[in-house]
Amino acid sequence: MAAIPFSREDRKALVDPLIINNPIGVQVLGICSALAVTTRMDKALVMGIGVTLVTALANLAVSLVRNYTPGSIRIIVQLSIIASLVIVFDQILKATLYELSLELSVFVGLIITNCIVMGRAEGYAMQNPPLRSFWDGIGNGLGYALVLMLVALARELLGAGKIFGFTVLPLVTDGGWYVPNGLMLLAPSALFVIGLLIWALRVWKPQLQEKD
Amino acid sequence: MSKRESTRYTILFATAVCVACALLVSVAAVSLQPRQAAAARLYMEKNVLLAAGLLEPGTDATAQEVNRIFDERIRVRLVDLATGDLVPESKMDARAYDQRRARGDPTMSRVAPPNNAGIGRLPNLGVVYFIMKGDQVDQIVIAVEGLGMWGTIYGFLSLDRDTNTVRGLTYYDQKETPGLGGEIGNPKWQALWRGRKGFDDQWNARIMVIKGQAGTPEADPLRVDGLSGATVTSNAITRLMQFWLSDNGYGRFLRRFREGQVT
Repeated sequence: MAAIPFSREDRKALVDPLIINNPIGVQVLGICSALAVTTRMDKALVMGIGVTLVTALANLAVSLVRNYTPGSIRIIVQLSIIASLVIVFDQILKATLYELSLELSVFVGLIITNCIVMGRAEGYAMQNPPLRSFWDGIGNGLGYALVLMLVALARELLGAGKIFGFTVLPLVTDGGWYVPNGLMLLAPSALFVIGLLIWALRVWKPQLQEKD
Repeated sequence: MSKRESTRYTILFATAVCVACALLVSVAAVSLQPRQAAAARLYMEKNVLLAAGLLEPGTDATAQEVNRIFDERIRVRLVDLATGDLVPESKMDARAYDQRRARGDPTMSRVAPPNNAGIGRLPNLGVVYFIMKGDQVDQIVIAVEGLGMWGTIYGFLSLDRDTNTVRGLTYYDQKETPGLGGEIGNPKWQALWRGRKGFDDQWNARIMVIKGQAGTPEADPLRVDGLSGATVTSNAITRLMQFWLSDNGYGRFLRRFREGQVT
């Protein structure tokens, strides 16, 4: 890592969004996709990787051209960059993990409108140098992925008795003892799980609580 | 006004961004296209093997393994659905035939007769996979599709050489509600079909998904357990199965096969 400078600021950009400034847990962004892709852990993982890559590369690209971008069209420039990266990711997914892409393609396309990606490009990469923006994108993507995985863990385990498709709690329908909670497979349950996570996070880090 | 905000610069910059993005997307799409097509085909052929029981549910197979089984055990043929005749092998490469694409191609399909399975267009040719045991046909796998709750359901149905007894089936591409209608993708439910009959005594396509539980395949051959909470999907399955077994689908071909007119 000697060749790539990695300052204290870079570290902050990378680590902060994991917990203390988590895009879902603290900023409450990207909820829409968090509801849709958290029924199974493999889906959540691929989605997390996708958002991480797209956010990081979009941040990098937006930051590289930030000093040349006319202010009047900066949003549409960011959007073009993000959309292109998402399409490329979707194409790669179709070529390598075809069976997963069948279920994920709709949501992968929606990464374009994921508030986190756009928010980091406009809110961070436009003001910061390329490498630091890249780390910020990785950090935010991983923070998003982390929450997604936790939500998916709860939903897949309680809803289908499985983790990553491997049976942990044998279902009654398969001759086991566990009666799955069907609600966990439907979108509303993700709201409950995310709500509980945000609550837990605020108890753990009291500085996140607003004073009123 | 700074140079960066001038109209001329803005237009130039926008053009440059568009060209760069378009280049990136096109290169990715074009260079990955062959791999995507191969992946889609492999996935479909894997499901033929699943329907025929040549591959266990939950196991994965590489392209080589699938190809080996196809070479050893399977003869792919095309059927003219309107007449039930086999298309001569010399005329078209059956394995390369894309039935889903053919359906959308006006030169290779026609408007489907009125039906309740949500099928708008019907390909002229349907694919048939003969699963061989030695020199004899052991199973006949046909492609089925129809409108479900949220989108088109695609699957394969494997019939015994008597053209009646179900040997297996898969639904490999469907958008039904996960946990409810999506259970049509569950191998446990698909296994319930094994041993049931597609037709009644008069050779009318009668297999159906009922509400509640059906009996054993021997006692209750024309009915399959319903999926609780998924009435729309259950009915869709009934309709699409009956459609493809009827004379609108593969019915004519199956009759000719039964009567020994095709081998």
